[in-house]
Amino acid sequence: MPDIFEKVAIQLKVNGKTHSLTVEPRMLLVELLREALDLTGTHVGCDTTYCGACTVIMNGAAVKSCTVFAVQADGAEITTVEGLEKDGKLHPIQQAFGDSFGLQCGYCTPGLMLSTLQLLSKNQQPSDKDIRKAIAGNTCRCTGYQNIFKAIQLAAQNTKGA
Amino acid sequence: MYPRPFHYHRASSLREAVTMLSQLGEDARFLAGGQSLIPLMKLRFSNPSHLVDLSFVPGAAYIKQERSALHFGALTRHSEIENSATAAMLPVLHDCAAGIADVQVRNRGTIGGSLAEADPSGDWATVLLTQETELRCLGPSGERTVPLRGFITDAYTTVLGHDELIQEVIVRIPPPGSGGAYLAFKRSAPVYPTASVAVQLTMDGGVCKDAVITLGCVGLTVVRSEGSEAALRGHEIDDKAIAAAMEAARAAADPQADMRGSVEYKRVLVAALLKRAIEIAMRRARGEQVEVSHIYA
Repeated sequence: MPDIFEKVAIQLKVNGKTHSLTVEPRMLLVELLREALDLTGTHVGCDTTYCGACTVIMNGAAVKSCTVFAVQADGAEITTVEGLEKDGKLHPIQQAFGDSFGLQCGYCTPGLMLSTLQLLSKNQQPSDKDIRKAIAGNTCRCTGYQNIFKAIQLAAQNTKGA
Repeated sequence: MYPRPFHYHRASSLREAVTMLSQLGEDARFLAGGQSLIPLMKLRFSNPSHLVDLSFVPGAAYIKQERSALHFGALTRHSEIENSATAAMLPVLHDCAAGIADVQVRNRGTIGGSLAEADPSGDWATVLLTQETELRCLGPSGERTVPLRGFITDAYTTVLGHDELIQEVIVRIPPPGSGGAYLAFKRSAPVYPTASVAVQLTMDGGVCKDAVITLGCVGLTVVRSEGSEAALRGHEIDDKAIAAAMEAARAAADPQADMRGSVEYKRVLVAALLKRAIEIAMRRARGEQVEVSHIYA
C-alpha cells in the first residue's frame, strides 16, 4: 500500500552558514551533510555507531552523525571538519595532526579531529588518560594511535591561550 | 543504511507525546536519544511507522536533589550525569554514566531511554537496581510511580504500556556508611560490556549490615545475586566471605555464549568483577574517594 511520508522542513547552521531544507524523516544527519550540503569531509565508516568516522560537533557536543536523524538537528549548530580551517589557515588541531604524522589513510581523521575539538574546548590541559577517554569512540585501523596521542598533545599545547 | 520510511512527529510536552502515541497506535514509538533505537531501525530490527520525538520537549532533562533523593529527568543525557556535581553524591552513578559506550554516545543517550529500552546489556538498570530507585511514569490515564524492581520483565520488555513513558528517575540517597561500585568489562569503548557487576554495601564497622548485588549482561534481565548478598550480610567481609560471594555469583549468572565469550568465561569474569567491586564499595562505605571506570580488554 503506498503511503505518503511527509517531508519535514528544518533549519540548521553548519560551519556558521544557515541552511533551510526539507528532508525525509529517515534521513540521517551524516547523509544530510554529505549528500544535501556536499560536505563530504564527514565520513561514513561502520554506519553502526561504532567507529566515529562520522563524528561532528552538534550544539557543542561530539555526536556520531550516522546515529542522529537530520530532523533532530533542526535548529542546531553543527561543526564539521570543513569548519575547522579559517581563511585558508589550518586549525591548530589540523596542523598538529599533520606535524605529528597523526594519520595514514586519513579516513578516521575528520572524526578524530572533531573529538579533539570537543576535548580541548572543555579541557585545555588533558592528561594521557583524558585523551584516551576522549577518543575511545574513534577507531583508527592504520596508525596504532601513538601518533594520534602525540598530535592531540601538540594541539593542546598550540591552542593554549589561542 | 536507511531505516524503513516513517512518519515523524515532534512533541512539545511529555503529555502531548503520550496523547500522540495513543492516537497513532501500536506501530508508533517514542524517540529519545536514539542511540539504541536508531541503530535497531537502520538494521531493520525495529520498523515503527511513526516516531514521536521527545528530544525537543523543554524541561525534561534535569538533575536535582530533593530532600533525601536525586531526581533525574528522563531525557537527561549520560554525559550530563557524568559531569554533574549533584549526581557525584552517588559515586556509583558516575561509575556508570562515565563508562557507557563513548563520548559521542553519552552526549546523545538518555537515562530514561536506556531504562525503557531494557537491553539485557544496558548499564543503568544493573546499577540502579542496587539503589532504592523509583520511576515516575506518564500514560494516557495519568501518572504512576513504579519501583525499578519488577519494572523490567524480560529482555527489551518492561511494565510500561505501549503509550506510556518514563518521566523521571528517582534514586534515594543511601545512608552514611553505605558505599556502592559498578564495574563493567568491555572489549572496547563503543561496545556493550561482556559482563558487569553493581554492588551496594552498608557497613557497621567491619561487619556488613546489608548488601545488594546485581549482575549485568549475564541473563535476559539483570540478575540479582541473592546468594552473594547472603554470603556478605551479617558477616565480616574477609577473603572467605568474598570467595563465597564470588561462588554464588558464578552460579547465579546465566550467560549466553556469543562473540564476547563462552558461558564459562563469563561466569569467571563476573565473579572476578564482583571481587573488585566489593573491595571498592567497602572503601567507599568508609568514606574513601575511589575513582572507577569501565575496564577494557
